[in-house]
Amino acid sequence: MKKQSNPNEPPHSDSRTPRWADRLLEWFVAPHLLEYVQGDLQEVFHKRVEQVGLARARREYGWAVLHCLTPFFHQSLRSVRATGKPISEHTQPALPDMLRNYFKIAFRNLAKNKGYSFINISGLAMGMAVTMLIGLWMYDELSFNQYHKNYDSIAQVRRLYTDPNIQKTDGTDAQQFPMGAALKRHYHHYFKHILMAWWVGEYTLSAEDKKMPKKGEFIEAGALEMLSLKMVKGNYASLKELHSIVLSKSASEAMFGQEDPINKRLKIDNRIDVVVTGVYEDIPRNNRFGEVQFFSPWDLWVASNDWIKQNENDWGNSSFGIYVQLQPNVSLETANARINDFFQKSTPKEMAQRAAKYKYEVFLYPMKDWHLYSEFKNGRPAGGRITFVWLFGVVGLFVLLLACINFMNLSTARSEKRAKEIGIRKAIGSLKTQLIQQFLSESFLVVVLSFVVSLVLISLTLSWFNQVADKELSLPVESLPFWLISLAFIAVTAFLAGAYPAFYLSAFQPVKVLKGTIRLGRFAALPRKILVVVQFVVSIVLIIGTIVVYKQIQFAQDRPVGYNREGLITIPKNDPNYGGKLDVLRNELLNTGMVAGMELSSSPLTAVWNNMGGFSWKGKDPEVADDFAITDVSYGFGKVVGWQLLAGRDFSKSFATDSTKMIINESAANYLGLKNRNGGGAAFRPPIGEFITFYDGKTSRQIIGVIKDMVRNSPYEPEKRAFFFLDANYAAASQIDIKIKPTVSANEALPKIEAVFKKVVPSAAFDYKFVDEEYAKKFSNEERISKLASFFATLAIFISCLGLFGLASFIAEQRTKEIGVRKVLGASVLNLWGLLAKDFVFLVVIALGVAIPTAWYFLTGWLGNYTYRTDISWWIFAVSGAGALLITLLTVSFQSIKAALINPVNSLRSE
Amino acid sequence: MKKTILGELEELVLLVVAASTEEVYGVPVMEQLQLQTGRSFTVSAVHTTLYRLEEKGFLSSSVGGATTERGGRRKRLFALTAAGGRVLLEIQQMRNQLWQSIPEGKFDLLGL
Repeated sequence: MKKQSNPNEPPHSDSRTPRWADRLLEWFVAPHLLEYVQGDLQEVFHKRVEQVGLARARREYGWAVLHCLTPFFHQSLRSVRATGKPISEHTQPALPDMLRNYFKIAFRNLAKNKGYSFINISGLAMGMAVTMLIGLWMYDELSFNQYHKNYDSIAQVRRLYTDPNIQKTDGTDAQQFPMGAALKRHYHHYFKHILMAWWVGEYTLSAEDKKMPKKGEFIEAGALEMLSLKMVKGNYASLKELHSIVLSKSASEAMFGQEDPINKRLKIDNRIDVVVTGVYEDIPRNNRFGEVQFFSPWDLWVASNDWIKQNENDWGNSSFGIYVQLQPNVSLETANARINDFFQKSTPKEMAQRAAKYKYEVFLYPMKDWHLYSEFKNGRPAGGRITFVWLFGVVGLFVLLLACINFMNLSTARSEKRAKEIGIRKAIGSLKTQLIQQFLSESFLVVVLSFVVSLVLISLTLSWFNQVADKELSLPVESLPFWLISLAFIAVTAFLAGAYPAFYLSAFQPVKVLKGTIRLGRFAALPRKILVVVQFVVSIVLIIGTIVVYKQIQFAQDRPVGYNREGLITIPKNDPNYGGKLDVLRNELLNTGMVAGMELSSSPLTAVWNNMGGFSWKGKDPEVADDFAITDVSYGFGKVVGWQLLAGRDFSKSFATDSTKMIINESAANYLGLKNRNGGGAAFRPPIGEFITFYDGKTSRQIIGVIKDMVRNSPYEPEKRAFFFLDANYAAASQIDIKIKPTVSANEALPKIEAVFKKVVPSAAFDYKFVDEEYAKKFSNEERISKLASFFATLAIFISCLGLFGLASFIAEQRTKEIGVRKVLGASVLNLWGLLAKDFVFLVVIALGVAIPTAWYFLTGWLGNYTYRTDISWWIFAVSGAGALLITLLTVSFQSIKAALINPVNSLRSE
Repeated sequence: MKKTILGELEELVLLVVAASTEEVYGVPVMEQLQLQTGRSFTVSAVHTTLYRLEEKGFLSSSVGGATTERGGRRKRLFALTAAGGRVLLEIQQMRNQLWQSIPEGKFDLLGL
């Protein structure tokens, strides 16, 4: 463009058009149009400067320029004649026709090389399917709790405290009863809702003859509004009446079928009477309250549990949940800062003193963090599932990358075959950009085909994936964003997979290619080699990861549990009618001949519900304060679960005073500090006969036995110090533990056991659980990771091998002549195989060198989460390295042996 | 040649050029369009249409002079060709026919 000269200076020398806009225009608009278009734009601009001022005129100018970015103004889409005059009809933009031609050629190419197309499409399809599955999974995780409209402003109240004795900071979500009222009194203007709640638990709902276990939540009435539930019947006020229950739609249908449930009567655990006042649309699974099938008022829970009522003004018992919703104009940070003085402001004096001593601090834990940041360190949220979300995201990207690498490698490897085509195209006038377009449209075609295949793959595997990942994912085929994202995904993948070949192939020099001697330099294959190494690094890391995760699960599963889970079932004792019938129940059960014993305990075998602190004992360091897991058990409990006595004796009816005795576990025995008291040495002196005094300073119990630790919490953590108290009259019992005789199968025994329950306590629900199944659930998280990891590892290996297979075949083909000559000169098949395999083995060895430290680094970090953990032994690396080598050799050998067996006459004849 | 159909904008632009007493270029066309229709048009839309009309042979163009307010850039001046005039007349005729075929009193019934 002609630059303007001084006499033509615009009237306002300071009023310039935006520089970026001009540059953009000059770059984009066809030269023969530029002068007039830009002239007009400038003219309008100067007029507008006078009318609306410089700034706005500049903005408008920018907009106007952006409006010019249409194909019409672009030079490449309009053939330019020397005169700069626009054009006659028959030389219309060539794009659509050429594109059609490209696609046709691409399609013919695919059809011609079926094996190659298969490798490319299946590899890419698998990669895309995995990436999309992971994408769905990540979306599901990241959108957790977003069903609730106010999820940004909902939070749970947590408390942080530092134990001055052991200098340990911890946190809890269990708060004191009076805290709710105090929060409401002093801080109500920051919150829309402050709701006391009991924990989500399983209850038995019964209506007339129907009994069903359902999960429910006792919470104050604002919950329905806070969680923005979609009410099918009733409204947000439905929870205000004391004896009310609001059911989920599915629970309502399960209880009452199609009948209108409103005003129907129900009993919770056969003791709390309620009337259905509302029904809400089921909350989707990926929500904290997704499993909750009914809501009932908190006040009702208080009214029906005496011990809670007594806690109304007690700051000493922390057992309750408090949920809040912030006012719209209050941020979480503000609220956190304001409620920081909570204990100084609102509690009785002695509580304030305690609060000061333990450095109590109240803070809000926002709902958006509940799921992904659910791990705590020193009482503060510190990551959690979010690590997995990103880790899987990275893995997904890598698997896709592997598939793209295959595509790139195969295309460039095949370049020699296509070199002639490219040479001719160039010789007859193809532009480089046109060739790039051609190759990109080829890869676009392949990616679209792969996408279709991957959709099929996903629909085939989704139910399996859901099962493994414990999700309810589905392909959102009806949502427009999904298709838009897919389109973008296709475009990105097509570009990723096609860019390198496109630019590589289009750079060939026609003269050299057509002369028939395209010898790429020594380093031409280097990028390809690097890509293969990358593939193998990813694959090997995944293999090692899978082995370590699997080993860790095995390690924990093989941990001695300290009792015998076999044939053990538990049933919650949650019906008031069990009352005095427990001994009758036991006798009836024993009479069936199916049952070896029935006993009772205050917690299930696979959990600890009760923790207590404040004990003291002889020789106790007065500064130490820690709590113990407490379980109240009936006489024969030990025999039924098969705990292992290390010292002392079990509870027995032949000693009248056993109600003042206790049995402790090994960890507790060690902790009590009685271990080596009698004069050093390693000998374990069991603290039999010692007295443990309770926090009130009066009550005390004597230790009569020590048992081996029973694994009840996490199988990856050291077991908690535990006390077992005798509960002779079943006062604290909450679980019925039944041991089926080892000689009888569960299938046979269960109906008979159920019949006894129906007879003795007809109102109770027979809701049994197998202890070994409950125990196995403790591994579900790790097992899920293990299954997914092995799935990804298999796929990664498979995709990498597909690529290797293709690559090997091309390299063998490329070296056919060389092989022929070598054969003629006397090389054996073994020699030739070694020659061809050597390169790949070398690459795998390099990959191993990178992969092993990487895997070691990440896995050490992962294992660090567990106290009870396996080690990463050297054989894991050896096995995965040998495995990777073996797979590589197998893959490559097929092609290289095939090449080595070819009769040299055939391969050499052509020249 | 197949009979060319004009789009609405094309027709408007053609009319604006026809209505001007001398040759015009992008900016005046745009201003006239805005004035007559009360709608706003972008420079790019006006140019696209002008060039398209020229390709169709309804307008002819020549290079005009430069002025300072255009940053020294020249104008491309457009004038109506005979073909352009013909196509406008055809459109008008066709419209007139349609108008005449509207039954009498129809608009009265609609209260217009």
